[in-house]
Amino acid sequence: MGPYQFFGYRRENGRVGIRNHVVILPLDDLSNAAVEAVANNIKGTLALPHAYGRLQFGEDLELHFRTLIGTGSNPNVAACVVIGIEPGWTGRIVDGIAKTGKPVAGFAIEGNGDITTIANASRKAREFVQWASEKQREECSIEDLFVSTKCGESDTTSGLASCPTVGNLIDKLDPLRATTCFGETSELTGAELVCASRAATKDVSERFMRVFHAYQEVIERHKTSDLSESQPTKGNIIGGLTTIEEKAFGNLQKIGKKAKFIDVLKPAEAPAKGPGLYYMDTSSAAAECVTLQAAAGFVVHLFPTGQGNVIGNPIEPVIKLTANPKTARTMSEHIDLDVSGILRREMTLDQAGDQLIEIMLRTCNGRLTCAEALGHREFVMTKLYQSA
Amino acid sequence: MATHFIVHDKADTVGVMVVENAQAGQELTGWIMETDETITLKALDAVPLGHKIALNDSKPGDTVLKYGHDVGRTVAAIGKGNHVHVHNMKTKRW
Repeated sequence: MGPYQFFGYRRENGRVGIRNHVVILPLDDLSNAAVEAVANNIKGTLALPHAYGRLQFGEDLELHFRTLIGTGSNPNVAACVVIGIEPGWTGRIVDGIAKTGKPVAGFAIEGNGDITTIANASRKAREFVQWASEKQREECSIEDLFVSTKCGESDTTSGLASCPTVGNLIDKLDPLRATTCFGETSELTGAELVCASRAATKDVSERFMRVFHAYQEVIERHKTSDLSESQPTKGNIIGGLTTIEEKAFGNLQKIGKKAKFIDVLKPAEAPAKGPGLYYMDTSSAAAECVTLQAAAGFVVHLFPTGQGNVIGNPIEPVIKLTANPKTARTMSEHIDLDVSGILRREMTLDQAGDQLIEIMLRTCNGRLTCAEALGHREFVMTKLYQSA
Repeated sequence: MATHFIVHDKADTVGVMVVENAQAGQELTGWIMETDETITLKALDAVPLGHKIALNDSKPGDTVLKYGHDVGRTVAAIGKGNHVHVHNMKTKRW
């Protein structure tokens, strides 16, 4: 055991969760009504309605499956009920989640109708939720912890203090064998070479640059302007950020000064190279990015904000920190950690990093984040292109 | 003394305002984080919290440095102490 411990739920496959959800997961948009009815019937379950799952194909379909299987497989999920319009793809999700060893059951609507499906799935959900409610937390170490990060509605205070606070935490937890993840491919534009220099090997650096250039091609193909007000967002600009390059250097502060990233992950791909810092190819839209990181198995999220992004995620708790004194004052119900003292030179970065570790461990032990208390559960799947 | 603006790197051409309500004409105190130096500057504009203030004069086409790196180009003449934002600075990408 290192210097930091927390109490988590050790799952059948050895992975550790910090929440104990029973998820009711739809394969597709058509199954949202049944999923929500089951979650309404059985208290303590969590429905995850979403917009997709029909006529997708190729890499986009693979990402759909990877995201849903990964979501159900996340160690913050104790058990999962899957509902789909037909049994084939529903079974594919069930089989994927079952590899973790956790309880999972699938139900298909065609040939049964919503009412029978809801009744059958509700009976199974009742069984799962009572089983899960008896699970106990046990002492775990930082080596068991998977931490993701992404910033949102950033402003210049993000680059000055809140993103470096996350970086300070990463630099402290990386030697303790935590597994950590950053992403936001488009938001590294301007700082991509500095990012590439933080790869652990030449191969990882080259793979990062390939992913970076592929995303640039998407932007070049579809853009109608210099993306000002989209990337950087209107909120970023109100907060004082002017260009994507400026935003990118602030963003990159989140990976600290020392840690090297050891692999390049596809969206929602689970890390497979052991402890360390991972880069994931994601959109820079907050809910999409965090949904992909949760689907890859990350269990707690660190989210610096400048102007006050209010995002939460249903699977992994989102801890928000800000260095903007105005945001800390006007949006206090959204802010788990105020590090604006850094800007007043009342707090050092090192102290802020220690405070973030403390609030993260308390969150791991069960303390609800602001976003959890406010009911923010943004589950937003990434779609790569049109359906067939 | 209160710090009105912060500069990431010694080489930077802009600083970031960290106080609300700074006024045009005000003498401002800045802190360069990299070198832990204190500098002073007279504001030519009322630069809002989080917005950038120019640390030197520049002309269209000049590079704006922040974090010690290229973060865009000047598109209008900027005087030391002016507000630097979308009206006088643009990306070099996209």
